[in-house]
Amino acid sequence: MLTIDQATYDAIVAHAKRDHPDEACGIVAGPEGSDRPTRVVEMVNAAGSPTFYEFDSTELLALYKEMWANDEEPVVVYHSHTATEAYPSRTDIGLASEPNAHYVLVSTREHGNNDGPVEFRSFRIVDGEVTEEEVVVVPELTPAP
Amino acid sequence: MSIEVRIPTILRTYTGGEKSVSASGATLSALIDDLEANHPGIKDRLIDNGDLRRFVNIYVNDEDVRFLGGLEADLSDGDQVVVLPAVAGGAV
Repeated sequence: MLTIDQATYDAIVAHAKRDHPDEACGIVAGPEGSDRPTRVVEMVNAAGSPTFYEFDSTELLALYKEMWANDEEPVVVYHSHTATEAYPSRTDIGLASEPNAHYVLVSTREHGNNDGPVEFRSFRIVDGEVTEEEVVVVPELTPAP
Repeated sequence: MSIEVRIPTILRTYTGGEKSVSASGATLSALIDDLEANHPGIKDRLIDNGDLRRFVNIYVNDEDVRFLGGLEADLSDGDQVVVLPAVAGGAV
């Protein structure tokens, strides 16, 4: 199950709508081992494509160094599909490299850049196996123990 | 000669869970062979058909090795090497 606060959810959806028809991508970092997605980091899609996304390699390193310095990890890795459903493609599955992350997919196929609902789904992708999980949106994450 | 190599989560199965390991080699290619000697199986996750895998990034002192000569990139004692899988995917 992915538990995410409303503001983070809204930020991911807004990013996906803004970048439509290109795929938007980013992460939500959180304290290592906490499973709490607390810090949204929008990334540039270096592929600039409606059917592919890739973090720029220099920005990728900067992002990970920042997370290591903060004892964070990518709790959520998100991207959008702009013409297809919010389900991991074969490419997504083959390239998934964070076994501990929640892979969030947002589909903007219905309303594009405009207001309106989106599909927002979350998956675990481990060793090529996809498992969908429930997404629970809460007003605020409960304070860390 | 000792070079610190940062290992990403997905490859820590090869390093007994260690986040970073020491290795040696005058070039990236030699370093990867040294890694393989101590952590069998890891080389295949970094190299495909004699070249760096397309969706694996390796950095030497914060520079992407693709700009430093790839597998032939020179290494020196004290260099910091980071391995990071690309974060990539897409609808097709």
